[in-house]
Amino acid sequence: MPTHANPRYAAPPPPAGPESRGVVVVGAGLVGLTLALDLARHGVAVTVLDDDDTVSTGSRAICFAKRTLEIYGRLGLGERLRAKGVTWKTGRVFHRDQEAYAFDLLPEQGHEYPAFVNLQQYYVEEWLVEACVAAGVDLRWKHRVAAIEPGAASVALSVETPGGDYTLTAEWLLACDGARSPLREAMGLPFTGQVFRDRFLIADVVIRGDVAFPTERWFWFDPPFHPGQSVLLHKQPDDVWRIDFQLGWDADPEAEKQPDRVIPRVRAMLGPDVPFELEWVSVYTFRCRRLEQFRHGRVIFAGDSAHQVSPFGARGGNGGVQDADNLAWKLAAVLRGEAPERLLDSYDAERIPATDENILNSTRSTDFITPKSEAARAWRDAVLELARDHAFARPLVNSGRLSRPATLAESPLNSVDSGHWPAGAVPGTPAPDAPVMRDGQPDWLLRHLGQDFCLLVFDAVWSPTLPGLRCLFVTAEETPGALWDHSGLAAARYGAPPGGAVLIRPDQHIAARFAALDEAAVSAAIDRAMGRSP
Amino acid sequence: MNLDTSPRLQDPDGFLALIMEAHRGLDAEAARRFDARLALILANQIGDMAVLRQAIALARGTG
Repeated sequence: MPTHANPRYAAPPPPAGPESRGVVVVGAGLVGLTLALDLARHGVAVTVLDDDDTVSTGSRAICFAKRTLEIYGRLGLGERLRAKGVTWKTGRVFHRDQEAYAFDLLPEQGHEYPAFVNLQQYYVEEWLVEACVAAGVDLRWKHRVAAIEPGAASVALSVETPGGDYTLTAEWLLACDGARSPLREAMGLPFTGQVFRDRFLIADVVIRGDVAFPTERWFWFDPPFHPGQSVLLHKQPDDVWRIDFQLGWDADPEAEKQPDRVIPRVRAMLGPDVPFELEWVSVYTFRCRRLEQFRHGRVIFAGDSAHQVSPFGARGGNGGVQDADNLAWKLAAVLRGEAPERLLDSYDAERIPATDENILNSTRSTDFITPKSEAARAWRDAVLELARDHAFARPLVNSGRLSRPATLAESPLNSVDSGHWPAGAVPGTPAPDAPVMRDGQPDWLLRHLGQDFCLLVFDAVWSPTLPGLRCLFVTAEETPGALWDHSGLAAARYGAPPGGAVLIRPDQHIAARFAALDEAAVSAAIDRAMGRSP
Repeated sequence: MNLDTSPRLQDPDGFLALIMEAHRGLDAEAARRFDARLALILANQIGDMAVLRQAIALARGTG
């Protein structure tokens, strides 16, 4: 009995004739829906096309990182993810029958969201659909793009539906159609990188009642129950446990999917007395690759259609959500006429280095898990042998370097610090959270940043007369109308001197820092972050 | 810091004898893992990535 039944969404009838739309998203998956919702909340009319009539099935993204939760917090869904998700922050690595290494992903207190929650992707997509509908997004299920014709000022699409076909012209086309991206294929864009010669079995199993595993990420190298290979275990909601068994390149993917092969593997791991049911089984190989550029004129790729990584590190879904977070406010600003079109080039300038960081980490993890030669295996095993007893070898153990938010340190949108600013989060970093008090109630800093430019002002009362710029005051002493930094963590994390201010972008990344308030400098920093500087 | 390639071992014959002795009775696979463990221990002792990079380049050049 499956733990989840997919909703079926009605396919709207096709329009009577050709249509034109400002923004069309292709693909109602995690990234496409996130992007559509973010755009709608910025006041942009969005149409979403999807060739299916439901959310994702089976085991897809499960580990939602703190930064992703903060993005969903901004979009109004963060609490829902946290409440349903399984919170964890500890990873444990075993070699043979002994623990080799453990790590804590959020050693620091004072953040609204945990390091990670585990949650099935379909839940997040269902809630995104609800939120998109409430925000007025035009969702068109079973509307499949059959052909694409990119032009200089618009993109023509041929759309097929059960009720008939039509032509849709989009000023902007956002391609979120997944790793196999038919749009990318139709445009003939090279998607290059490497394939890893290994196969993995994913088994999602339902275990009711007591389970001997804590809510941690457990990874085994060469365990007694699966000799010579690795195994990864994650807990999800609804008593579902995800198990990845490394199988090796020679495994037969069809045979390995059969229950008579899967059940003994799971039983060997859980022990003979633990009852379980199989919820989902698949066998897959990994790739790490990306497009050379994500923006191609009026067509912009986001998520798996733009880049693909191995799952060790949870960098696929989390990376894609960060793409959406990065792109939505920029496109909204261009459509409002507040920013020039070249602001969209900064999506490439920011997200390509972030993608390369994800690919590098994911590739190194996969090279550790699947050594490419006998020598590589000897080194890998030597690390694991030493890690058991010697602290120096533990940082070398790589079972996945878990998703960290990209620091857009080299972004052309960042400004040089105005005045001396010695410490704290640098421009390009996602704005750090901190506990604050507001009107006598405990609260969180990030909740107040909003989705437009915001100037965080520390221990000063100063409002620049810049149109559209909101100021948020953070004070060391309790002050009416300000966020009270009672623990001092906000000032510490931003490294803010009294009277200093930090300019936060609509995607809640730091754009600039001002040691002393200077209206001209703030104005110039906003121009730079909007792509308006020469 | 730079890799120091001047002769630094106080007892070169004694060092090689120690290494040979440590390998005694190991088959090829075990010997390879022993060498890897030893190299990891020594690399950690050095710590400096620039020196390690030079050492790897030097070892490849004479391989």
